Amino acid sequence: MTFAATTETLHDNENRRIVDRRIWFLTGLMLVILLGLLVRFGQLQILEHGAFAARAENNRVRLRAVAPNRGLITDRNDRVLAENRPAYRLVMVPERVEDIPAMLDQVDELVGLSAAEREQFQLARLRNRPFQPIPVKGDLDENQVATLALDRHRLDGLEIEPYLTRHYPYGAALVHVLGYVARIDESDLKRLDADNYRASTHTGKLGIERHYESILHGQSGIERVETNAQGRMVRVLERTDPVPGQDLKLTLDLDLQLAAIDALGEHPGAVVALDIETGGVLALVSKPGFDPNLFVSGISHNRYRALLESPRRPLFNRFLAGGYEPGSTVKPFIALAGLASGKITPETRVFSSGSYRLPGHSREYRDWREGGHGWVDLKSALEQSANVYFYDLAHALGIDRISRELALFGFGQPTGIDLPGEFDGVLPSRNWKRRTLDQAWFPGETVITGIGQGFIVATPLQLAHATATLAGRGMAAPPRLVDAEPPARMVEHAPGHWEAVFEGMHAVVHGKRGTARAIARNIPVEIGGKTGTSQVFGRPDEEFEIEPEELPWFLRNHALFVAFAPFDDPRIAIAVVAEHGGGGSSVAAPVAAKVLERATRVAP
Amino acid sequence: MNFNWLIREFRHQPFRLDPLLCGLLLALMLLGLTVLYSATDADFGMVWRQAVRLGMGLALMVLASQIPPAWYRRWAPWIYALGLGLLIAVLLGGVGRGATRWLDLGFMRFQPSEIMKIAVPLMLAAWLHKKPLPPRLGDFTVCALFIAIPTFLIASQPDLGTSLLIAAGGGMVLFLSGVRWRWILAATAAAVAALPLLWTMLHDYQRNRVLTFLDPESDPLGQGWNIIQSKIAVGTGGLTGRGWLDSTQSRLEFLPEPHTDFILSVLAEEFGFIGVAVLMLLYAAILLRSVFLASRARDPFGRMLGASLVFLFFVYLLVNASMISGVMPVVGVPLPLISYGGTSAATLLAGFGIIMSLYSRRKMLKS
Repeated sequence: MTFAATTETLHDNENRRIVDRRIWFLTGLMLVILLGLLVRFGQLQILEHGAFAARAENNRVRLRAVAPNRGLITDRNDRVLAENRPAYRLVMVPERVEDIPAMLDQVDELVGLSAAEREQFQLARLRNRPFQPIPVKGDLDENQVATLALDRHRLDGLEIEPYLTRHYPYGAALVHVLGYVARIDESDLKRLDADNYRASTHTGKLGIERHYESILHGQSGIERVETNAQGRMVRVLERTDPVPGQDLKLTLDLDLQLAAIDALGEHPGAVVALDIETGGVLALVSKPGFDPNLFVSGISHNRYRALLESPRRPLFNRFLAGGYEPGSTVKPFIALAGLASGKITPETRVFSSGSYRLPGHSREYRDWREGGHGWVDLKSALEQSANVYFYDLAHALGIDRISRELALFGFGQPTGIDLPGEFDGVLPSRNWKRRTLDQAWFPGETVITGIGQGFIVATPLQLAHATATLAGRGMAAPPRLVDAEPPARMVEHAPGHWEAVFEGMHAVVHGKRGTARAIARNIPVEIGGKTGTSQVFGRPDEEFEIEPEELPWFLRNHALFVAFAPFDDPRIAIAVVAEHGGGGSSVAAPVAAKVLERATRVAP
Repeated sequence: MNFNWLIREFRHQPFRLDPLLCGLLLALMLLGLTVLYSATDADFGMVWRQAVRLGMGLALMVLASQIPPAWYRRWAPWIYALGLGLLIAVLLGGVGRGATRWLDLGFMRFQPSEIMKIAVPLMLAAWLHKKPLPPRLGDFTVCALFIAIPTFLIASQPDLGTSLLIAAGGGMVLFLSGVRWRWILAATAAAVAALPLLWTMLHDYQRNRVLTFLDPESDPLGQGWNIIQSKIAVGTGGLTGRGWLDSTQSRLEFLPEPHTDFILSVLAEEFGFIGVAVLMLLYAAILLRSVFLASRARDPFGRMLGASLVFLFFVYLLVNASMISGVMPVVGVPLPLISYGGTSAATLLAGFGIIMSLYSRRKMLKS
């Protein structure tokens, strides 16, 4: 027993020794490994700390652009014409959505999503980082917000956020002046500074919104935000506020604008009223217009097509890009050219028999009144708009002289108004015809230029500007909607010449046989004016038998009228074009009368 | 049955725990709960639940420390057999998230693989007790089978992390038994040779983990995310850390599971290198004290069992800390006594109880 115990003890002792050796070996190994781990943590936390700290920062801190508030646009009396209205939109953080097309389908199911909206979304995705929220659908109404909020659990990665949307309270009345803002598209991206527009969704597309984009937009701000692993913002760490766009005050008078639209009635057309002294635009109408608010939220394809294909052409900016034969409204300027050249004096008399022939030519140029006006001097030629007088004068001046003199009043060149897309018009000359048509000039073409027909084309804005220049006795400033410039001398004439033409224009309205005498009793002040008719169909030397009423409306002549008021101290120049209105005296002049009547009530 | 040996043992035993080891363990657990509060985004409810679990684990430890070593030795085969039976039961029909690890007993769910963490070293130490050491080839082969069977069963659950821990715990006993170095080298060579075979047996997600570990930046948003974010958290902590409750990596949800497997990342970010060093010192003190206790066990059985349980604890720490610092692939092994969850803590604390039991018996014999 004792022996057994002893051998067992010896046996145990040997075994314990073996085990103990291994225990101490492992303990040593363990301590070495622990030290190794500590070294590894030291490497990460001390040696490589800087790099990892930077990565942690990149992880959680993101820069987010903040869109500036767009400047407001007001009329001269501070009435707001373009404002920012609080609204709600649906935004998506792309990296938080697994199947984006399927998610868009879901949104479509809930609140409707047009092809245009999808396209805009894809475009915005291209220029944004995947963690930045991108608008999916703007200007949600209450029902849509409620629907989306109810289905929030199905819309992970989407959020409804408040924002400011552009709103034009006067809609179609000012669309051709203000233009509108719409979602930034590919062509905008090439033009705009990507950094400043990172958070912006809209940009000016037309009109004032486009021309003054850089002033209205402002400077985008930047936010350093802390985000979690899902990209959701946790808090704002630092913020550089955006600089809001500047407000723009237009020279435009809203009352006058609305009165002009009203005065045009059912006629498509244009009205331009300018402040003669400053060039400031008081009213600027192209009718019909369209609702710009449709374009802000994204117009549907069908509605856009309807606008595009409408025979009344609502998208067409008539005062800016509409080229019309000026017709007889050009006569005061031809008369001035004649006086300046010495070919006529105010007393020069011409017999109007009703038709005119160039020497050696058989072609007959007719007067608008059968049988003519008898003997006419400058004043009565203007008063009655006697064509023969101006056929003769034009022939005497020659096309190049006419062209030179009309150019002084701005024909054939942009007025320089602060709006994009202005049409130059056409001021023909020998050179012009050779250059553009590669043809020689015919004397007959000079004759009809004398009554504002043939190649010559002017925009309503050019007509108003020329009239303002005339009424200002050669002093004029380019038409402006913002920041009118001081007037400069454009044309020089002997003092008597201006008065001679003015008298003729006075007689147009206030003379016994004036073509616009019908409006005289409707206006509180004396004015100078000139009627005109722009040929749409046929030529003045062709058959007269067709009565205007028998023509389809779109082939009827355009009615024109230019005027300045008051006669003694001209302040306002106006041009009216009533498309297919027939005669200038019957349609266009009454429009101008209404506007001028309103203007005298508005302005002291 | 003759229970006289049991009565004899208990009659002479006063209630005894090792105060130093208990103190160190309590300190570690308090540190753990502090970090857990931050890692759960200040969820006191979760911290309280974990404290309760740790309390239950401590009760288990006290219980285990009062059981005489001889009892463990005699019951070793039965415990091992029970564990094996439960493992098979789990394989035949358990519950869990994709991987079948849990056995639902109706009143509680429980992981049989946890029993094996103690049962395997226990079985091996008991088998080798009274055998000549180093073990002969026959004993060695039997022991290898004792290890291989549960390892294989658990690996097919599949639970790679736990099966590696079981293999490590069993291997530890074999190593402590003085297995010749050339056998160890041969076994290592065989294991390396078997790697391609193992590779074909791995599940896709397990293979991905290994591949991602080899080059985490290749898939920074997918599989590599965990490793990258963990290293960022550790690195950004610097020397002194961001401060308690200020881990951005955890609070902003960049870290996966910050309160379980990745809790060390949170500690490293908030308390910096100093915090990590304090934690490592605490672990080192616990390990050294436990090794000391185990080395004072009465017989080779006690020493082999005690020391292998200490080293098992160390393997937990090694695997978790290596994963956190990006030197090992992501394996689901918690940071011992700190990660949220009660199962592994209960097993580890029971292990410490056994170590204390082995130690205290020996002292009694002397006096």
